[in-house]
Amino acid sequence: MKILIGAERCQGHGRCYDRAPDLFGEDDEGYGKVLGDGAVPPSQERDARLAAANCPERAIDLLEEG
Amino acid sequence: MTADDRFTEDFREQREEEVIGTISEVVAGPVSDWATDFSHLEPEWSADPYPIQDDLRRRCPIAHTERFGGAWLPTRYEDVAAIAYDTERFSSRSIILSNFRPPRELAPIGGSPPISSDPPFHHDARKLLLPAFTKAEIAKQEPATRAFCHSLIDVFEGRDVVDAAGDYAQHIPIRVIADMLGFPPEDGPQFRVFVEDLLEGINLPPDERIERVSRLFDYLLVQVHDHIDNPREDLTTYLINAELYGQKLAPDHVVGTMALLLIAGIDTTWSAIGASLWHLAKNPEDRGRLVAEPGLLPTAIEEFLRVYAPVTMARLVRDDVHWHGVDMKADDWILLSFPAANRDPAQFDRAGEVIIDREVNRHAAFGLGIHRCVGSHLARLELRVALEVWLARIPEFTLADPAAVTWSAGQIRGPRTLPLRIR
Repeated sequence: MKILIGAERCQGHGRCYDRAPDLFGEDDEGYGKVLGDGAVPPSQERDARLAAANCPERAIDLLEEG
Repeated sequence: MTADDRFTEDFREQREEEVIGTISEVVAGPVSDWATDFSHLEPEWSADPYPIQDDLRRRCPIAHTERFGGAWLPTRYEDVAAIAYDTERFSSRSIILSNFRPPRELAPIGGSPPISSDPPFHHDARKLLLPAFTKAEIAKQEPATRAFCHSLIDVFEGRDVVDAAGDYAQHIPIRVIADMLGFPPEDGPQFRVFVEDLLEGINLPPDERIERVSRLFDYLLVQVHDHIDNPREDLTTYLINAELYGQKLAPDHVVGTMALLLIAGIDTTWSAIGASLWHLAKNPEDRGRLVAEPGLLPTAIEEFLRVYAPVTMARLVRDDVHWHGVDMKADDWILLSFPAANRDPAQFDRAGEVIIDREVNRHAAFGLGIHRCVGSHLARLELRVALEVWLARIPEFTLADPAAVTWSAGQIRGPRTLPLRIR
């Protein structure tokens, strides 16, 4: 699984980096950013799904592989 | 170095001459039908707006009123979101619904940027504030906030009943924002008066409203001059020195943003802390679970923010438009109820229930779109610390007198008197 943030949709609510701080962080203005290359280890797929499901702006895309 | 001569009496005279808007007749009194005559200022709404909103969502779903010169109240999540995102049709030039509409020329800046601003100006004014309100930056407020919460509870020693709204919740955001703006902490009691003047005096005669608002601006100008004479590391000095488009900010931008930062963080967070404690006082199972599992608190806080969302915003319709089945006229108000959106069963499972371990909770308590609350990370920090400290120090508490609980009127809703029995 890979995660992406649609920068044009993100408004900096921070629900992703509150909920899944190993996968998401904030930039200098509080907008969400994907940490690393966005690849999600299997053990953190649930966190990624919850982060996406809690984003008020629906700004997080999950790319399922396979 | 030249003296900063932006903040003279002359600037205020100019400002007052510019403010010529439209005043509508004050209509108050009992509501005949919430679908055609709603008013968020009536006691029935303050006491419990949710059954009214649920009823309107089923049968309307966009209510109307002739009060305030004409206003609409959407109650479905979908409609609230669509308006929040549509900054072309719906202007933020006034975000407090009243009997006074500021002139159209006030857009796109508005009186208190960036909350009152429309694109494209909005983006630039907001960008000035964002770095000071990131989660990382706000985390610096935690130790002092925690110590302050403890000091408030220390004073409860020997008392059986305390007012959790007036003796606890209220003081926390007031102290934090006074620190951030660099205002004297002992001025806190005045801030409550400013907040009530701006947010609750909606149906007062216009002259009296103007008089009350000018008291706030008198205070802010004193603070500006003090900061020009004695610059320091705080938001006031930051705004005085900030630049936009290669120039220092216009004086009404500086003072308008200071007013926003002072007012917007107080009533709102005070309401959220109070409503959470009110819920926990009435629901011993939830209270016991949070005392036993403090790690659940951030999840529970999101649920409290959803069901007791304190903030309703307003918009002004830009041009006549047929929108989602209703005919809106230019300059009609929209009461943008995030609380109603947050209880829409089309968006949330078991929308009317409080589920403190709700894992999927895409609520809109801090708004949607470009005006997402700039202070949301600060609000969450204050709410978490306030509840952590309270639950650790006072794990057992109940409503001392349910009939004595009072709620604020207007767009910000939360308990204003909340007597709790703490032993």
